[in-house]
Amino acid sequence: MTVLRTPPGSLRWAGRDLGSWPVLGALAVLWLVFQAMNPNFLSADNLVNLALQAAPLGVLTLGVVLVLLVGQIDLSTGAVSGLAAAVVAVGMSQQGWPGWLAVLAAVASGAVVGWGYGWAFTRLGVPSFVLTLAGLLVTLGLQVRVLGSTGSLNLPFESWLVRLMQQAFLPPWLAYLLVALVVAGYLGVRLVERRRRAAAELPVEPWRPVAARAALLAAATLVPTWYLQTNRGVGVSVAVFLGLVLVVDLLLRRTRWGRSVRAVGSNVGSAHRAGFAVRQVYTSAFVACSSLAALGGVMAAGRLAAANQGSGGSDTNLTVIAAAVIGGTSLFGGRGSAWSAPLGVLVVGTISSGLTLLNLDSAPRYIVTGLVLALAVTLDAVGRRRAPVTGR
Amino acid sequence: MNGRAGNRRGPLEGEPAVLAEPPALALHGVTHSYGAVRALVDVDLDVRRHEVVAVVGENGAGKSTLVGVMSGVLVPDAGEVVVDGRETQLTSPGQARGLGIATVFQDLALCEDLDVVENLFLGQEIRFGPLLDEVAMEREAQRLLAQLAVRVPSVRAPVASLSGGQRQAVAIARALLGEPRVLVLDEPTAALGVTQTAEVLTLIERVRDAGFGVVLASHNLTDVQAVADRVVVLRRGRLNGEFDADVAGYEQIVAAITGVAIGPGEGR
Ligand SMILES: Nc1ncnc2c1ncn2[C@@H]1O[C@H](COP(=O)(O)OP(=O)(O)O)[C@@H](O)[C@H]1O
Ligand SMILES: [Mg+2]
Repeated sequence: MTVLRTPPGSLRWAGRDLGSWPVLGALAVLWLVFQAMNPNFLSADNLVNLALQAAPLGVLTLGVVLVLLVGQIDLSTGAVSGLAAAVVAVGMSQQGWPGWLAVLAAVASGAVVGWGYGWAFTRLGVPSFVLTLAGLLVTLGLQVRVLGSTGSLNLPFESWLVRLMQQAFLPPWLAYLLVALVVAGYLGVRLVERRRRAAAELPVEPWRPVAARAALLAAATLVPTWYLQTNRGVGVSVAVFLGLVLVVDLLLRRTRWGRSVRAVGSNVGSAHRAGFAVRQVYTSAFVACSSLAALGGVMAAGRLAAANQGSGGSDTNLTVIAAAVIGGTSLFGGRGSAWSAPLGVLVVGTISSGLTLLNLDSAPRYIVTGLVLALAVTLDAVGRRRAPVTGR
Repeated sequence: MNGRAGNRRGPLEGEPAVLAEPPALALHGVTHSYGAVRALVDVDLDVRRHEVVAVVGENGAGKSTLVGVMSGVLVPDAGEVVVDGRETQLTSPGQARGLGIATVFQDLALCEDLDVVENLFLGQEIRFGPLLDEVAMEREAQRLLAQLAVRVPSVRAPVASLSGGQRQAVAIARALLGEPRVLVLDEPTAALGVTQTAEVLTLIERVRDAGFGVVLASHNLTDVQAVADRVVVLRRGRLNGEFDADVAGYEQIVAAITGVAIGPGEGR
């Protein structure tokens, strides 16, 4: 049998996604290389730092994943995070707002930017590439204006935000409890699912692979936790980021909203004819992305105890897009997962941290990150083209 | 021109039991233009339960536009849509679906990155509280596919990995989900090989026998003659004849499609 009419750009590896394996492979290679070049790279101290650096960036990346999933792009997440950093700094140190209010205002400013994107994209039909490029410039201007004449503001060191992001680590018992909860939760969900599938007379997965995956999950969470505990431990910001990843993952895989996001990114015409409110789906993705970017900006401001004109600047806008794609989310929409954010940001953070340890300037960092990105995009594009859609 | 007078079924003929109820779906005086292109001009159409109505015509005759009107994708410039005897405005695909009109679009309207179950329930997911009930959806999908004798490698395989025939079957199965009253199909066999075409035609007959009204838009007269009870010809957006499929000859229909008049002796 032959297949006709396979729309361009709709193919993938025959029935099989490579999943996260390419990223994990890349990560392993990078770690081995950097460790060989500098024995401090895999030290617990350095990995604790790496995780702390990666967390705010990861929150931005998580938002980018959502926008990529609906098949759009947001070039301005770094600028939005910078605006949010400025808002939270001005609110806390100049206006004397309570911390929660300053954080809320910062995240709300992000949400407003995202809503503006959603409105202009769905009502005026402006391509998101241009739209968010314009938004980037506008947001940069707002950031400078909010910061005022000094161009830089310090957050009070004793404020909870700074303490939480800089010095707060999960107590060991809590870290291990969370690990145990995650593993138990995974097993519990699998168990309930098995029961329900058996009751519905659907094929159930044999025990062995389930147990193997649970064991893998336990190892993959327990070992890093233990290793980080030998130093300062798991930062609160890292835990917040991973918590957000879990929530977004649940939303994407198990709610109607998540289904609509993937459907719109896969084929917007089909999603519309299936009855989804396509405009709302786009807008929700833009709002979620900008809000997460703002939250990431707040976390970064807390970590640095400062906001300035450079916050979220230079290459941040593009680095997070690179991280999302390296993590396995397709630039073409419809394919990807929340887990792209931690994976991608870990790769990007590894390159940055490894080269910093080697006392190299930013030149090789940009080049290596760029090459890894090129590799990821190639895999993505080839994955779409390769799948021979044969009749069966 | 021709044909219209020939085999038009009078309103009082046919089985009285079926005629007693209003058509499951009827269009009156539907007109639609894309800018300067008049895609439909004053088109009437009705479909009853247990009946396959074929809409035939050349490429560009307006078949897909008519399907768009019936499926709620297009709001016509003029004309009315009557569902089960009640006049209705179809303004969105979801609304048409809610009224029991299910459509298999020419391009199938599937999402290639989503798996078979996800596509079957796209836009009408079963939920368990706020969460999707994947187990219930998969069970229902298995039941539906088995009932329609549709075979796919796995219901959890992405649609991108399916063959053209399998995709077509998934699209039809999706349309049948939730027991619609009217099934509208746009060129369901255009992309298929011989075996797959035969399977789809069998499927259409089974659907008709189950009591659905079926509208089959097609430019393939062989397929149409195999399953249709009634044939409606569209030509340049206008109705150009209506035939009883059991009585009308091939040449007669072709003549109506192409607009070539045939002599009295030529049609069978
Ligand atoms: N979206 C559109 N914009 C402009 N013209 C269109 C559009 N869709 C269809 N048409 C035109 O309307 C006419 C009817 O098209 P269509 O309904 O697709 O015919 P068919 O399905 O019978 O091939 C054609 O002349 C076609 O070019
Ligand atoms: Mg057509």
